[in-house]
Amino acid sequence: MTLEILAVDDSRTMRDMIRLALLPAGFNVHTADDGVHGIEVLEGIEPDAIITDINMPRMDGFGFIDAVRGQDKHRATPILVLTTEAAPELKARARTAGATGWIVKPFDPTKLIKALQMVAG
Amino acid sequence: MTDSNDPMAEIRASFFIECEELLEALQDGLQALDEGATDSETINVVFRAVHSIKGGAGAFGLEALVRFAHRFETALDEVRAGRMSPDGNALKLFFQCADHLSDLVRVSRDAGPLPEDETGKLLAQLDTLLGDEGGSAGEEEAEEDIDFQPATLSFDLDLGGDEDTDLPPLDIEPIGEESKSKFLIKFKPESELFETGNEPFHMLRTLDSMGECIFTCHTENLPALDELSPESSYLYWTVELIADVEIAEITSAFEFVEGLCVLEITQDADVSQTSETDAEVLSDTPVDSLSDSLDIEPETPDPAPQQVVETEAEEKKPAPEAAAPLAEKDVKTAQKAAPPAAPAKSVVRVDLDRIERLVNLVGELVINQAMLSQSLESSGLSPHSDAMNGLEEFQRLTRDIQDSVMMIRAQPVKSLFQRMSRIVREASAAVGKDVRLITDGEGTEVDKTVIERLADPLTHMIRNAVDHGLESSEDRIAAGKPAQGRVNLTAAHRSGRVVIEVSDDGGGINRPKVLQIATDKGLIAPDANLSETEIDNLLFLPGFSTATVVSDLSGRGVGMDVVRTAIQALGGRITISSTPGSGTTFSISLPLTLAVLDGMVVQVADETLVLPLNVVIETLTLSKNDVEMVRPGAHVVRVRSGFVPLFDLGKELGYRAPIEDYEGSVVLLIAHEDEGRAAIIIDSIQDQRQVVIKGLDDSFYRAPGIAAATILGDGQIALILDTSDIISNAIGSPGAPQSQNLAGLSA
Amino acid sequence: MTEKESHTTLELLTFRLADQEYSLDIMSVREIRGWTRTTPLPHAPSYMKGVINLRGTVLPVMDLSQRLGLAPREHTDRNVIIVVNHNDIMTGLLVDAVSDIIALTADDLQPPPEMQSQSGANVVSSLTLIDERMIRVLDLSSIITEVQSTAA
Repeated sequence: MTLEILAVDDSRTMRDMIRLALLPAGFNVHTADDGVHGIEVLEGIEPDAIITDINMPRMDGFGFIDAVRGQDKHRATPILVLTTEAAPELKARARTAGATGWIVKPFDPTKLIKALQMVAG
Repeated sequence: MTDSNDPMAEIRASFFIECEELLEALQDGLQALDEGATDSETINVVFRAVHSIKGGAGAFGLEALVRFAHRFETALDEVRAGRMSPDGNALKLFFQCADHLSDLVRVSRDAGPLPEDETGKLLAQLDTLLGDEGGSAGEEEAEEDIDFQPATLSFDLDLGGDEDTDLPPLDIEPIGEESKSKFLIKFKPESELFETGNEPFHMLRTLDSMGECIFTCHTENLPALDELSPESSYLYWTVELIADVEIAEITSAFEFVEGLCVLEITQDADVSQTSETDAEVLSDTPVDSLSDSLDIEPETPDPAPQQVVETEAEEKKPAPEAAAPLAEKDVKTAQKAAPPAAPAKSVVRVDLDRIERLVNLVGELVINQAMLSQSLESSGLSPHSDAMNGLEEFQRLTRDIQDSVMMIRAQPVKSLFQRMSRIVREASAAVGKDVRLITDGEGTEVDKTVIERLADPLTHMIRNAVDHGLESSEDRIAAGKPAQGRVNLTAAHRSGRVVIEVSDDGGGINRPKVLQIATDKGLIAPDANLSETEIDNLLFLPGFSTATVVSDLSGRGVGMDVVRTAIQALGGRITISSTPGSGTTFSISLPLTLAVLDGMVVQVADETLVLPLNVVIETLTLSKNDVEMVRPGAHVVRVRSGFVPLFDLGKELGYRAPIEDYEGSVVLLIAHEDEGRAAIIIDSIQDQRQVVIKGLDDSFYRAPGIAAATILGDGQIALILDTSDIISNAIGSPGAPQSQNLAGLSA
Repeated sequence: MTEKESHTTLELLTFRLADQEYSLDIMSVREIRGWTRTTPLPHAPSYMKGVINLRGTVLPVMDLSQRLGLAPREHTDRNVIIVVNHNDIMTGLLVDAVSDIIALTADDLQPPPEMQSQSGANVVSSLTLIDERMIRVLDLSSIITEVQSTAA
């Protein structure tokens, strides 16, 4: 089964890394540059899971998760927060905003895929 | 070089390009803070830039970069959190750190030697800063550093929240006999678990993948169908897992739902011992397959949700809910403070080589079109023929294409200016002066090549301004000026050219001293009577240096003569103006692009030459009476009321002996630096047209008076003249006429 | 050839200048093209013949015999320009005629005897014998060095 993933990160490098990690594993990857862009991209697709960065311009990860959860059809879409910040309060904050899980950068492909499977099969 | 077959190498290359952008944003942000910005978005941008560099660097195992960026980020986070104010020394340190980060990025990219001393020094300063203002931050960071060891190729799903449960990597199998354990797991999701998009199925499946599982789904809490709330959680599971795993690994399957469920894990001893303990487990509907367990229909509705005793295994953290309202508020505030979203500009990144190739091809096209025009015109076709009409359209299109291609290479001078702010910081620190750089016109676009080649001369000029231009703070105060010196760097488009100015509010050029040095060095005659401008221009003489003591900064044998040469090589001019007591301004005027030039094509001694059209004031045909001899070999031509020095271009270029008879000679009246004019004799004017400028490789021979070359319609190369250089050289040569009009020239 | 490949094989382009044989490491040679008229550069030293159009780029050309201090001669149709790349600088070297490409190993080369050469620089980096002919191996870096204008 091909899983459809939306990855939102303002760093081109990170978007490329995510794509590189997931494509060989058979994922279908869409990307967006920030929260606002992510919402726009989301209009055209129905991802099985969303990966989002926290620190982004225009709309940060928290705002983005909030906005996604506000949409009826994405109330239960798994959202993984991708962040370099491992601090517990950030996880808590992400969860409060509605994040499903998190993964700490730098990640390797296995780690990322495993995290995705934990939330989206 | 990027190996196109290696996606990682490509991403790596792309990362370093991104770093440059981030460093620019960082520089901008710090600049804004320096100018008094206090909004949270500016601080966020600064933070984010460092943060993103760290993130990417971690992915490529660039440890030095990660470590430095991490500590830098920590300090910035203190600012972001409002625990530290970004002013004075802190900001100064941040600038230094940004500079150093930029160095580290470059070193990492080029795999050069790490500037460890500098890194250590700055890290220590950051520590001091954090120690002073950041409370225990330094201590925390020491632990968090461990997260950023780039070697992360393990299943490290223990994400720093609970340091005491380090997981063994999955791929390392214990050697020796199997030691399977039996675990009893009770998993009861809370309603909140579903709100975060989590799904119990995936967690149970993860357990299933660990070993042999017996799942039991407990449905006794299910309410009657009409009371069932879709938002609530009623089911819970017990799982009997026999697997060769640690408890921590089982916990990790529930990592994301920690605090959102009741999770009890008990470990029996070895499987061999007993399996009786599972008897106590409520076993309504034991199933041995996960999918079966999930197919269970609600059978035994129970209206009252069971009160659950909080006995969450491995749970140590404070309830996240406590932090929640505050966190939400933060998000909203941050969003409100953010400036209106700028529309994202769509950008394509293109290898510069490809653009160079395109520029060259367009150049070829222009030449080709010229050749075609030439042959069609000489074929005697009617100007109204289809071919000639088509040609006209072709010419127009060619020109449009050319303009568009040139636009591709244009880029704002901002990056250049940012480099200069670093030069000011370093230079002012080196000479112990307090200097502020004020830039203007950063958005001014110039050909990329021009920008690159401006860096060195501009660096030198900026250092000069800091080192020689500005007085010491004491002297400034004594002169009634603010202690802090100012260096202004501006760029602007002015009548088809770019003008870049470097000015300082220092003491101005010390003309008596300049005169003295020039005399002492034998650069001018002791009795020379020079105007102020002429004295100022002595600075451009080779071998001139005003520093009595050669300083570390600007005295490395590179003088303003080198600056002038570099500017001239770009087809530019540099002029000085200075007011004693209030400062000096160097003004550089450059062509917008190095690639095209509106030229006048002329013939001299069988050679075809091109002059920039904008220096030609008018053309004259001489009659004998127009020319006067000042002394043998030096002539002037009378143009209306004034006399203008006259030069024979063929002679000046060494192409032929000077002509004897001026009668009927064609003369171009040329604008020269400042207000000066000169007349040059040519054989004939051929054409006025746009030519494609081809750089002359002057790495082993630089011809005086030649700015560049172009390729003509017949494929031959024609040289493009630097008239200013020619006239300067001609005036400098013995017997050349002197003119008051030609101010600002010497030697 | 094959048994020599274990050693460092050197390929040289040999050419004639004033009846003498010279050579250059073929790795620095980009192409060989026929003589075309050059556009002279003002006040250039006599060996700087000027510049030519090499497919859209401006290529400086020097007369190698004059650069080496040999007597200047009339150009003939057999004259060719060897386009060389040295430290990313492209230069054309005008020679009388190209002879051959030879392969040899570093062992075949011997250093030139210690002599003060006329032009000061050691333009000949080593010598070799091929069929009893002495071939001089030129050191490009000493040929392509910065030169000053003849103008005052």
